[in-house]
Amino acid sequence: MSSQTNGVPSTASQPYKETFRLSRFIRANGTQLGILAVFFSLWIIFIVSAPKTFLGPQIYYSFMSTVPFFAIMAIPLTLVVIAKEIDLSFTSTMAMGMVAFILTHNATSSVPLSFLAAMATGILIGWINGIIIVKFGIPSLVATIGTQFFWRGAVLVLSQGKSGSLIYVKESLLHPALVGKITSVFPMQMLWLIVIAILGWVLLNRHKFGAHIYLIGDNVKSAELMGVNTARTRVNSFILLGLVSAFAGVVASFHVAFFWPSLGDGYLLRTLASVFLGGTSVFGGVGTILGTFIGAFIIGAIEAATVAVGLTGFWTQLIYGLIIVLSVMMHAYLRKRSE
Amino acid sequence: MEPCRLELRNVSKHFGEVKALEDINFQLGNNEVVGLLGDNGAGKSTLIKIITGYYQPTSGEILFKGQKVDKLTVAKARKMGVETVYQERALAELQTLWRNIFLGRELVNKWGLLDVNRMKHETHRLMSQSMGFTSSAVNPESRVGTFSGGEKQGVAIVRALYFDAEIIILDEPTMGLSLKETAKLVNFVRDIKRAGKSAIFIDHNILHVYNVADRVVVIDRGRVAGEFRTKDISLDTLMEKMIRVAEVGSFD
Repeated sequence: MSSQTNGVPSTASQPYKETFRLSRFIRANGTQLGILAVFFSLWIIFIVSAPKTFLGPQIYYSFMSTVPFFAIMAIPLTLVVIAKEIDLSFTSTMAMGMVAFILTHNATSSVPLSFLAAMATGILIGWINGIIIVKFGIPSLVATIGTQFFWRGAVLVLSQGKSGSLIYVKESLLHPALVGKITSVFPMQMLWLIVIAILGWVLLNRHKFGAHIYLIGDNVKSAELMGVNTARTRVNSFILLGLVSAFAGVVASFHVAFFWPSLGDGYLLRTLASVFLGGTSVFGGVGTILGTFIGAFIIGAIEAATVAVGLTGFWTQLIYGLIIVLSVMMHAYLRKRSE
Repeated sequence: MEPCRLELRNVSKHFGEVKALEDINFQLGNNEVVGLLGDNGAGKSTLIKIITGYYQPTSGEILFKGQKVDKLTVAKARKMGVETVYQERALAELQTLWRNIFLGRELVNKWGLLDVNRMKHETHRLMSQSMGFTSSAVNPESRVGTFSGGEKQGVAIVRALYFDAEIIILDEPTMGLSLKETAKLVNFVRDIKRAGKSAIFIDHNILHVYNVADRVVVIDRGRVAGEFRTKDISLDTLMEKMIRVAEVGSFD
């Protein structure tokens, strides 16, 4: 309101045209361009330090086969983190979904029914997380540490700690649909990752749900004053992560046709690192699907690269930890500077 | 008799032991501007947040056009034409301008998908027509956190205007505004009246309230201490009464 003339339009209403300006584009997409730059720099470093590994196609097939197991969970986790929440229980959800799968299969011998049971379990676990956090007002960090142990405990109790073969799933059509290969090289789980990433992008950027996720993470009081149902939106974000985690559990177990009660244990750090490295702010309100997607492949590549350049596998955990701390610090710094 | 646009009957609000509002009776007529006056902590903002559905009253009734409304929520109140410019502005500063304009009332299709283009266009139209933003630096994609105080207030006001509100509530809207911006705001309240709408106007500055309100309601320690038609009372008398209320809790 700097030159209003009592409600009379002061300028003729010109239709708004989006003009492309490079400087504005860079400012608006800074973190995504940043993560792309990191991605290509690392790639060049990897190629230079281990050309034999990184110039052949084999390593990339291997990435496409293994990265999706945690990357598909990183997509809904991005939404949870943008809403200024966190979930540490999703690795147990993976295993609990598979327990539901196996119990249902024991009872019905139907793979599709078992698959649906796993998905329903994921939804239920996500809903319970959401209710504990939203209705009881427990910080999500604390609540989901609790549910992480609870559901892992439930997995151990129900499975009696025993692992088991899932060789029977190979006869189901679901097996090639989830973990098969297109033209015998392109893994189906990579296709599922792309599908989930696109759905996640649409939900976050082109749907009311995503708009509310951003608003809640940015300023929950403003969102409430303006009539956003912040409770329902947050519960739904946990449900979504629960559902996708159970799906990831099924995909990872189908891949090896085997169930381990420890399923998901190694994925917590990688998934969190993908989200934070991808530019999603731990302070909420900021984050992108593309960033997480690229972040996941950087994380996946680092594991292969540490071994390929001659370091022992023990280094990977150290590097993941470092990435989480550095990327969170960087965002805290950038946020402070922009205020 | 035509029912009031908005009426509160015996509304109380307690926060635990604290009685923020006690037995409030309040009416807002059709095409009336009511000024709410009262000291800090008198309960003005609590009263506003009951009308906007943010707080649920502990007891009492809320009526819109004579119809009692149960369990009023913010979304319900906005649907019934209540738009508010909050003291705290209620913006999401990391988000773009268009997302702030349509905060909580996004334009969507039946699947909940956003009509991003229309929201950007509407934002652009509102900015150039109502806010008078001409600077090319301020476009629908700008982040609201980069705006000045006056610009942010402009966003909050334009947002209240866009949705064709019947009742516009302004809670301390002149806070942080320059003199010129304040004068414009006072004109804006007059425009609301001219457009046949109703408004509730809260301000620390009695002069602003006196100049635009048809009626002032004085709130003190959670109760309605009294009300006056501005045409029946001089500014000086009103000020004297306000000071007396703040000191002893009654007008005499």
